[in-house]
Amino acid sequence: MNTVNPMKPSERMKLPRQASIEQIPEERNKNFLEVSSGLDEERALIEAKRCLECKNPVCIEGCPVTIDIRTFIQLIYQKDYIGAVNKIREANYLPAICGRVCPQETQCEIVCTLGKKHEPVAIGKLERFVADYEMARNLFVAPVITEHRDQKVAIVGSGPAGLTCAAELAKLGYKVTVFEALHAVGGVLRYGIPEFRLPRTILDLETDRIKSLGVEIYTNFVIGRTATIDELFNEWGFGAIFLGTGAGTPTFMGIPGESLSGVYSANEYLTRINLMKAYQFPEYDTPIKVGKEIAVIGGGNTAMDAVRTSLRLGARKAYLIYRRSRKEMPAREEEVHHAEEEGVEFVMLTNPVRIIGDANGWVTGIECQKMELGEPDESGRRKPIPIKGSEYVIPVQTVIEAVGQKPNPIIQSTTSGLDVSKRGTVVVNDAQMTSREGIFAGGDLARGGATVILAMRDGKIAAGNIHKYLLSKLDGKGNSKLNVDVKQEIKSI
Amino acid sequence: MFLILSKEILSPTITKYVIKAPYIAKKRKAGNFVMLRIIENGERIPITIVDSDLSAGTITLIVQAIGKTTKLLATKKVGEAILDVVGPLGVPTPIEFHGDVVCIGGGVGTAEVYPIARALKDAGNTIYSIVGARSKDLIILENEMSKLSKQSYVTTDDGSYGRKGIVTDQLKDILDSNKNIKAVYAIGPLPMMKAVSNLTKTYGVKTLVSLNAIMVDGTGMCGGCRVSIGGQMKFACVDGPEFDAHLVDFDELIMRNRTYIDLEKISDERCKRIEMADAVGGGR
Ligand SMILES: Cc1cc2nc3c(=O)[nH]c(=O)nc-3n(C[C@H](O)[C@H](O)[C@H](O)COP(=O)(O)OP(=O)(O)OC[C@H]3O[C@@H](n4cnc5c(N)ncnc54)[C@H](O)[C@@H]3O)c2cc1C
Ligand SMILES: Cc1cc2nc3c(=O)[nH]c(=O)nc-3n(C[C@H](O)[C@H](O)[C@H](O)COP(=O)(O)OP(=O)(O)OC[C@H]3O[C@@H](n4cnc5c(N)ncnc54)[C@H](O)[C@@H]3O)c2cc1C
Ligand code: SF4
Ligand code: FES
Repeated sequence: MNTVNPMKPSERMKLPRQASIEQIPEERNKNFLEVSSGLDEERALIEAKRCLECKNPVCIEGCPVTIDIRTFIQLIYQKDYIGAVNKIREANYLPAICGRVCPQETQCEIVCTLGKKHEPVAIGKLERFVADYEMARNLFVAPVITEHRDQKVAIVGSGPAGLTCAAELAKLGYKVTVFEALHAVGGVLRYGIPEFRLPRTILDLETDRIKSLGVEIYTNFVIGRTATIDELFNEWGFGAIFLGTGAGTPTFMGIPGESLSGVYSANEYLTRINLMKAYQFPEYDTPIKVGKEIAVIGGGNTAMDAVRTSLRLGARKAYLIYRRSRKEMPAREEEVHHAEEEGVEFVMLTNPVRIIGDANGWVTGIECQKMELGEPDESGRRKPIPIKGSEYVIPVQTVIEAVGQKPNPIIQSTTSGLDVSKRGTVVVNDAQMTSREGIFAGGDLARGGATVILAMRDGKIAAGNIHKYLLSKLDGKGNSKLNVDVKQEIKSI
Repeated sequence: MFLILSKEILSPTITKYVIKAPYIAKKRKAGNFVMLRIIENGERIPITIVDSDLSAGTITLIVQAIGKTTKLLATKKVGEAILDVVGPLGVPTPIEFHGDVVCIGGGVGTAEVYPIARALKDAGNTIYSIVGARSKDLIILENEMSKLSKQSYVTTDDGSYGRKGIVTDQLKDILDSNKNIKAVYAIGPLPMMKAVSNLTKTYGVKTLVSLNAIMVDGTGMCGGCRVSIGGQMKFACVDGPEFDAHLVDFDELIMRNRTYIDLEKISDERCKRIEMADAVGGGR
């Protein structure tokens, strides 16, 4: 395998891992501007020099979509930043997004050879650097679609799974229509992840790029309500359907006091703020109530986003209550670190048992119980056990529950022949195929809460298999055997 | 964009809109609602679909202007558009044959109960209707309701029209005189639905109400619309909005609906100031 960097490994190892340029915590916890502006060119070049150009680039195996990491870092070293971003794009259609939100510390960077003795190469920051470089200079060139096909594919949900599947199929020449229930595109990238981690300009740009491939997007369109899956096949004439409807239904803990005013699911809280822009009330009409003291329950990315958002909306004390210990928190390490820097108070090994309210139905506090770690459970994590008599009350006016989400059942309950698991996820095989012919699924809908990159991976694999499926439905003359010549549908949106 | 094709003022604060929305018109059933957002920085609010016309591809909404969003809607003219309309949402009303049924509408709730009354009538039920409001000018759909009813009644709190008093006074008379009433459908302000529910409980008559919880997405994604039904948490937008009245915790919902009262006032005041400024600024 070729190498491009003449430095000796020992020299490379002496270089320190480059840090992002970040807003200082005391300032950024009052605004919604992006926390990190990533690496500048100088830092990116130093970081690229650190890569050992391994004969066996294990980082690639760590990447869920097997980006050719080694090559793209070499291209950065050679200052071919556009070459680098295009190399990434061969495997990952949304590098500016993944460079910001992927948990690299548990994927490519955890296995990086350099990381055995030193700090791993900052692969995610390099990915972001080339994507931002291209964006800032407007150097993106849309792929040329060489072949056009008559068959139509419907994509349900415009999260990362749906958008990736749509882009891949459009590049193959299919007529692709995306249906999205909300008024805006992007799924969790739009309504969940806050602007200070993922500026919406990036999402808007990616959406425009996908539209420029000829993909049609219908917002305000709930499949299962506005039209059913059967209608998409029989009346609209779609040959195949990809379901990427995510896991958007919040679960609640089921403790007393959850109906008090001031209690939110993280989904409602973040949707009000991110999708509806309640942080700009009253310029935007949607209201939100954030107390001076708030508590978020949970230890994932959602909890981290909710708690950091609360500080930005004026909470003076923001507690993060989690029943296990800090090292068991599923959130990205970088976000936990950022939360800590911004002044979030971590209340670990603690379980809320009751939310307390006043006579007007408003939250005044949360009663918690201390926990200790017992034997490991099925997941291999040590199981938290309550300590008797350890109950105490934390005074707060807002409680946000970020304790998990499950798939929205609207489609599953209006579509026959779709196998659904006990957890409510849609069952798929390795080809992302569901139990019903012509229907594929992926992302959080098939996995339960997972990650952006896995959703994209599923979308991409599904696209490849939808292509195969539709090819198998062509007769000898290249005409589809599926019912495509149906009456023109009323179009008004 | 969803075009407003016609507009009719039903009372000083209540307006009927016919809106182009062909897909929704095609799928809509009695009891369904839409979520609408009028402008880019607007809120998403739920409104019941009162009627639909399949061939024209339209839906009909009847909206009372009570706050920022609904007042803004009232300023929209025929030919202008609403930014987002999504639906039909919610579980359609279970339309069964009961026999004799009472349908009660309080204020703008009459708009919501009217399509249900019509569907119940089509299913062979005999309809007794009560239309109630604070005063005469807030009474809507009186003729429409009376047309499909065997007997129809009007009540106003101030006695300016019909019987003076609240709908439960009339309901009690009906229940006392007709032992064959098998079901009651009541839609209106929460205190009214609560009073109806308390009354029918003593008569053991099955009662359905439509809960106006505060909604954000309307598709089961946020849990903001959660209500307690028989001690269980339900999401009004996907499990409802209609529920068995005798299982509803009305007091809890009344409290939850007050969550944003102070902020709603700010929005409303701001809306008025902008209107004033527009009026003074003239053509701008
Ligand atoms: C607050 C938060 C923070 C997160 N942070 C990270 C992170 O930092 N890194 C990371 O990798 N992952 C993160 N995740 C997880 C990640 O966002 C998800 O795994 C990913 O978005 C799943 O993508 P998806 O395409 O499957 O579904 P989603 O992104 O959920 O999109 C589904 C879309 O389908 C639409 N839809 C649903 N039902 C219908 C219907 N019936 N008809 C039409 N449309 C419908 C929804 O409105 C939605 O837009 C986070 C999740 C949350 C909630
Ligand atoms: C299923 C359902 C069907 C409805 N159908 C109709 C109808 O056919 N005609 C009609 O006139 N009204 C209907 N409503 C009520 C209507 O949604 C509210 O009047 C409207 O949201 C008020 O918004 P605003 O900004 O004008 O007023 P605001 O000043 O913001 O609010 C006034 C009151 O309306 C309620 N409200 C505010 N925001 C919301 C929200 N996002 N979701 C639900 N309620 C809210 C609150 O109780 C609040 O105190 C329905 C409500 C529900 C839940
Ligand atoms: S494992 Fe690390 S050092 Fe080796 S090629 Fe990958 S990024 Fe470079
Ligand atoms: S309005 Fe969000 S779940 Fe009902």
